[in-house]
Amino acid sequence: MTDLTRLTIAEAREKLSAKEIKAVELTDAYLSAIEAANPAINAYVAVTPDRAREMAKASDGRIAAGKAGSLEGIPLGIKDLFATEGVHTQAASHILDGFKPRYESTVTQNLWNDGAVMLGKLNMDEFAMGSSNETSYYGAVKNPWRARGSNADLVPGGSSGGSAAAVAAFLCAGATATDTGGSIRQPAAFTGTVGIKPTYGRCSRWGVVAFASSLDQAGPIARDVRDAAILLKSMASVDAKDTTSVDLPVPDYEASLGQSLKGMRIGIPREYRVDGMPEEIEALWQQGIAWLKDAGADVIDISLPHTKYALPAYYIVAPAEASSNLARYDGVRYGLRVDGKDIVDMYEKTRAAGFGAEFKRRIMIGTYVLSAGYYDAYYLQAQKVRTLIKRDFELAFNAGVDAILTPATPSSAFGIADEDLASDPVKMYLNDIFTVTVNMAGLPGLSVPAGLDHKGLPLGLQLIGKPFEEETLFKTAHVIEKAAGRFSPTRWW
Amino acid sequence: MSVDIATVKRVARLARIAVSEEEANRMTGELNGILGFVEQLSEVNVEGVEPMTSVTPMEMRKREDVVNDGNKADDIVANAPASDRNFFQVPKVVE
Repeated sequence: MTDLTRLTIAEAREKLSAKEIKAVELTDAYLSAIEAANPAINAYVAVTPDRAREMAKASDGRIAAGKAGSLEGIPLGIKDLFATEGVHTQAASHILDGFKPRYESTVTQNLWNDGAVMLGKLNMDEFAMGSSNETSYYGAVKNPWRARGSNADLVPGGSSGGSAAAVAAFLCAGATATDTGGSIRQPAAFTGTVGIKPTYGRCSRWGVVAFASSLDQAGPIARDVRDAAILLKSMASVDAKDTTSVDLPVPDYEASLGQSLKGMRIGIPREYRVDGMPEEIEALWQQGIAWLKDAGADVIDISLPHTKYALPAYYIVAPAEASSNLARYDGVRYGLRVDGKDIVDMYEKTRAAGFGAEFKRRIMIGTYVLSAGYYDAYYLQAQKVRTLIKRDFELAFNAGVDAILTPATPSSAFGIADEDLASDPVKMYLNDIFTVTVNMAGLPGLSVPAGLDHKGLPLGLQLIGKPFEEETLFKTAHVIEKAAGRFSPTRWW
Repeated sequence: MSVDIATVKRVARLARIAVSEEEANRMTGELNGILGFVEQLSEVNVEGVEPMTSVTPMEMRKREDVVNDGNKADDIVANAPASDRNFFQVPKVVE
């Protein structure tokens, strides 16, 4: 029998509807794969086998009755940031110990309504703060990819490192993820998977643990472009419970695959050619340009002059919003409580014990930049710079650019416990240099695998689109995927 | 701008995070590293630029001002570390 976990969502969908396989078999195949691999990869922080089998059984019933939904019987992993009713939801933090929400996030509810099956909750950086998945209370996730001829463990990227690793290691058919500064696209690039951060407002944020509310957006990580399109169609919706969710019809993203790029204008921003960028990243970018030209697109140089300020502005805006959002973890309403001599002592001890080091750093920065006397110099200045970053993109789009092509990350996956990165937080932050601009401007961004570096590790290209034009990204990424091929790690676990 | 250890302790207090002397020391260096990095924003000319308040040009939807949810006290206290008859319990705050 063939390994069912190797099927893409599109392939599994076909076999399920043709009744060649049963949803229960497909789910069992994934549950066995998780059992075998998770001790090594650490992608799941909670597996829900009983619920998965129950949901799969119900799916088989609906398929037999001719009432199958668009994701009927498809087993998915859910990032630990999404509230799932009665199931482990801790944002991979100690402070949410034992939290089992009494409600379901809108995004996951949309997936269940379409028939998807939940395999469990996926590891991540604590509260989605990190670029390596090393800040999780549940320990680092290991990248299923290793450099050729090496046994050294690599990070899967972050913060959606569990999502990306689980998809790449065939431990789920697809996964939910979230992206505040690159947390979908950077791990997708590090694991040879496809990730899309849709336009701000495309997916409801309701029931997603908040990090930085003006930047957070949910999206899928999948094995290929088609699967990402299928998942986003289900995840996206307007939602009365999130006033920033947008009341626009959700297109059939899959229908855009295979459409021609003739006459499309692709912008190449010169500011993304940064100092010290490895030559092979530049070569990959040129290869991407060549593929799009071959497909009939016009490629033009553009300028996004405020690019270099996006990361520093992000490191003011995101911690400021986080420090406010995360004030709610006080040991009173949910999660961990450490007793103290009075209520303030209890708050301080609970938060000191419950939060990790990176988290504390960001809360401290956020509290400082919002504190009396510093607000104008930091937060207000950063929000003005943000307006300029967004304006750069608007000018490019108004001049006729349909989409922008850039590298996804400045390097391939790096080692776990990299001393150089651990000693300098800012160096770690630079991982998001190509992705963070997109969050600052609220635009959609997609990362698609485009090749391997000299060590045999995956590298991704990023496509940036106009607001709510995710279809353009899918059809363009599909062309890159067809030219580049798909990439799977060699199994070592 | 840079911070000293006294400022770090004051900010930690504002953020309600207990820090030891050693942690405060370490954080002082780390925060100064990050503040040094964001310092470059001051070179951007922002004259006449409005600060961003909404990333997508959209009007905030408003719902009807009616009660449409509630009677969930059990659900709300279900995850509390300490509760009693649907009240959250905290250490005594009033003498």
